[in-house]
Amino acid sequence: MDQLPILIIVFPLFTAFALTLLGWFRPAVCQPLTVVGLLGSSLSAIATLAQVVNSGPISYHLGGWAPPFGIEYRVDALNAMVLMMVSSVALLVAVYARKPVQKELGGKISNFYTLFILLVTGLLGITITGDAFNLYVLLEIAALTSYALIALGRGRAYMATFNYVILGTVGACFYLLGVGFLLIKTGTLNMVDIGSIVPSLSGSRAILVAFAFLMMGCWLKMALFPFHGWLPNAYTNAPTAVSCLVAPLMTKVSVYVMLRIMFTMYSVDWVFSVITWKPLVMALAVIAILMGSCFALAQRNIKRMLTYLIVAEIGYMVGGAWLGNASGYIGASYHILADGLMTVCLFMVVGSIVYKRGRAHIEDFKGAFSTMPWTMGAFILGALSMIGVPPTCGFFSKWYLLSGAYQSGDYAFGVALLLSSLINAVLFIRIVETAFFSATSDEEPDPHSHQETCYADSPPSMLLPLWASALALLAMGLYSSEIVTRWIQPVIPGGLL
Amino acid sequence: MTQAVTSFTPVAIVLISALAVIPISLSGRKPNLREFWTFLAGFMKLALLYTLLDPVMHGIRVEWELCQVLPGLSLQFRVDSFGLLFAFVACTLWIPTSLYCIGYMRGLNEHAQTRFFACFALALSATAGVAFAGNLLTLYVFYEILSLSTFPLVAHHQDSEARTGGRKYLTYLLGTSIGFVLPAMIITYQMTGTLEFSSLGIFSDVTKPGSLLVLLLLFLFGFAKSGLMPFHSWLPGAMVAPTPVSALLHAVAVVKVGVFCNLRVITGVFGIELLSDTSLDNVICVIAGITVILSSLIALTQDNLKRRLAFSTVGQLSYIILGAGLAESYGVKGAMLHICMHAFGKITLFMCAGAIFVATGKKYISQMVGLGRRMPFTFGAFLIGSLSVIGLPPAGGFISKWLLLTGTIESGHWYMMLVLLGSSLLNAAYFFPIIYQAFFGTAKEEDAVAIQEAPLACTLPLCFTALASIVLFFFPEPFFSLATLAVGG
Amino acid sequence: MAWVEVHYNYLLVIILLMTGLWAMIGKNNLIKKCIGMCIFQNAIIMFYISMGAKKGATIPILKHVPGAHGHGPESYISDPTIYANPLTQILMLTAIVVGVATLGMALTLVQKIYREYGTCEEDEILNCMSEEQDHELPLQDELKA
Repeated sequence: MDQLPILIIVFPLFTAFALTLLGWFRPAVCQPLTVVGLLGSSLSAIATLAQVVNSGPISYHLGGWAPPFGIEYRVDALNAMVLMMVSSVALLVAVYARKPVQKELGGKISNFYTLFILLVTGLLGITITGDAFNLYVLLEIAALTSYALIALGRGRAYMATFNYVILGTVGACFYLLGVGFLLIKTGTLNMVDIGSIVPSLSGSRAILVAFAFLMMGCWLKMALFPFHGWLPNAYTNAPTAVSCLVAPLMTKVSVYVMLRIMFTMYSVDWVFSVITWKPLVMALAVIAILMGSCFALAQRNIKRMLTYLIVAEIGYMVGGAWLGNASGYIGASYHILADGLMTVCLFMVVGSIVYKRGRAHIEDFKGAFSTMPWTMGAFILGALSMIGVPPTCGFFSKWYLLSGAYQSGDYAFGVALLLSSLINAVLFIRIVETAFFSATSDEEPDPHSHQETCYADSPPSMLLPLWASALALLAMGLYSSEIVTRWIQPVIPGGLL
Repeated sequence: MTQAVTSFTPVAIVLISALAVIPISLSGRKPNLREFWTFLAGFMKLALLYTLLDPVMHGIRVEWELCQVLPGLSLQFRVDSFGLLFAFVACTLWIPTSLYCIGYMRGLNEHAQTRFFACFALALSATAGVAFAGNLLTLYVFYEILSLSTFPLVAHHQDSEARTGGRKYLTYLLGTSIGFVLPAMIITYQMTGTLEFSSLGIFSDVTKPGSLLVLLLLFLFGFAKSGLMPFHSWLPGAMVAPTPVSALLHAVAVVKVGVFCNLRVITGVFGIELLSDTSLDNVICVIAGITVILSSLIALTQDNLKRRLAFSTVGQLSYIILGAGLAESYGVKGAMLHICMHAFGKITLFMCAGAIFVATGKKYISQMVGLGRRMPFTFGAFLIGSLSVIGLPPAGGFISKWLLLTGTIESGHWYMMLVLLGSSLLNAAYFFPIIYQAFFGTAKEEDAVAIQEAPLACTLPLCFTALASIVLFFFPEPFFSLATLAVGG
Repeated sequence: MAWVEVHYNYLLVIILLMTGLWAMIGKNNLIKKCIGMCIFQNAIIMFYISMGAKKGATIPILKHVPGAHGHGPESYISDPTIYANPLTQILMLTAIVVGVATLGMALTLVQKIYREYGTCEEDEILNCMSEEQDHELPLQDELKA
């Protein structure tokens, strides 16, 4: 089918319109409609991935205008993979969100779902577009809807969102500045076209400044140290369903944008030979990993702890991309998938705990193995993936990243990766312990008592997507070789060893 | 040289107890049915293992590739004689231990028995996976699964003591495996391009001895289940678990997995010739030797019976590593056999400790004066178990210790012979007083002198394993031939 | 001096960018931060527009050839040098809309914050928030399962 790429965007976009209209009259129909729209989008994304893997990159011209003057949607294996991840994760969260949204956002259901699906549209658009300015537009669509969604959390969320607005705008504007410089020097906005002109302009200072602005914009959006200040507050104070959607997706899509800028708009040669930023960026990545992990240790609110772990995971991906070898690139792209799944799994667990107990501090996990066994089972899989225990996917991303670090001699990055695995182990063991031992240290339970613990797990509409993501972690791990050879290796930028 | 045959049997052996978890969890309300599943799985595993004995004894390797997880690396099973030896030990001992578990758990009316038996089955599955692992990656995967599946067993009592013990357990084991083994594995893969075990070692090309030393240390200490000091503290800490857990897992499965992994690395990744050429074998001997002596000394100071047994285990494990470190066929054969002999001996000792607790509630050696007259079978088995661990005839441990001593002479590591003999003396020093006091000491209180053993379900298995230790002295098959085959005849 | 004459637009943009950034980060009052954000975005808009400007050029609407009144391609002056670059202007139409939406979003948030905390000064708000945290609010009954 030729129209598959545009269908990925059309399904959620038209569903958004339908939601705005229908939501007025019948709020109850919002969630099913959202699920249907996202289902259409996911199926198109999966079909697109299959098509790209079999026959190479697809180029879709919007409105029939040929690039580089028209806007082009260009799908190669890298963004097909990310498209599939974004739409599938959004679908899972849409199914999951039914009960939490009813509970937390009772009167605003239609608004929520409209914003939800517009956010997904924006993210999908960012991933699929091949035009630099179109990316800015969609970046802002995604950003604005996410501001509104996070602000639905009320209370502390307002200030957090305001900070996010300020910093997010700065980021997007830096990106726009970068695109402006590129436009002046190359005269085109099409990414592939820019990529073909930049090598002839290697010496130009304007190109260098453009790269600097583009990178800083991406780093702000993905919360790389030292631009991470907005993330913990914003994601912690958002409503449950919003964090489940935003946390796995927004930062990963920004990582994808960085990969596009580095390897499609600029080239391997430019990034690693013409400029000498690699040591600085690797240092930032290492600090991000260590700092994220250490701050996570200090948190009692588990949701907040997870947001700091996101900061650390971003360090993995940025470090992997900037290692400059094929292993690092594979690690970074594979980790986009893996981290999306892990984050959605863990945030859904935390969301279930919040749904049941009102809060997600570490004490709220007490006895959870007896009362919420299914939720905790999925939590264990997610935790194992974060720690990096085989055969979950987290192990394989660490494998590639560590191999890449060893090959390129960036031992500090390798040590940071191992330390963060160990710290993650401590973090999750703490939670598992609390969940396993239901007594506080003051009361000693009779070890031979046979109390009936009441089973009070989440409803199936929340458990099913949770377990889907947990099993996907395992499946992704076991099939990691397939994924790497068929989806990632064909698009490793030339010049990376 | 070696033929390879593809067969689903190794996978079946691993899967049987993993699948048994389902019926075990479902029959939680009917304890007898639940225990039936455990025994069924155990006997099925043993039966399948016997079918593998014939091909492996003829030098055929039984293989099965699970799935390719990294380009060029897959999770694969490959059964050779060493792996089969270990699998036999673990699976054979699972059955008496299950019987013992029933007696112990019901005797003390323990909670959460379903979870207990389910995790037990899973742990045995992981052990079989380790035994059959065909490359380092598969070994690592099942090693981790074992650590995770035994955590609920260690922390079974769910009180604050169990919490501390469990935390220490996971911290040490996960910390060392992620912090040491993972980077070592990746570096090895980068350097050599393969992770499969080969009797010539995989470092055939000239690699810097410095990096070899670092890798060796990372692997040795990374597999912390083998209890090399200073990463041994998890073992005494894990004694908070119920005794059947200590018995099978910490005397047989978990710790033996650790030494098995170390032995695999020494013989299959580095290779004996490489180690003796680069004199890295001395490093192994020194590290193991220190642990042997120190742990025996510490064992002398322990009054809690289980803790004394735990430190004794730490020492015995290092015997095995020491044997491999001698880098010579007698030593390695002795090491492999000692896995088997020590397993039977130690499990007897632990089961006795548990039986004593069930029957009398006593944990401390100082309280066990005169107890031998009340529980003659238990302490008789204890005597035989100690003989095996010390290495005296007519217990099986004598054979493995003899081989180890021969190995020290053959390989020229004279001082290691002194270490072995010295620690055997220390072993005697901390075992014999217990037995002497139990049979010939006079108790402070006037207790009834009538024989009052632990329930039959507890006493029967420990008598069985004690008898097995004696039988192994006279007929050490098939373990002896498997070990001989493993070191190349 | 000649350099300034040629590059004055970039200087202006830089000054506006710096002002906007400083206001966003350095100022305490939330409204002033919003103003700073506005200045920042507008600076970039100016940058793009000035990028497309040409000396003596007219707006990018096709100009009739003097005397012709038809609508075919030959009745319009097709020399591109007399028109300012339309591409940048169109891009900035989008950017202006985005800027307006973002400003609206930010002002709504400021209104909500004012209702919540009673002040628009960031330091006072942060004080309020940390006090709130110290007295941990009890869980509301409706949130308990």
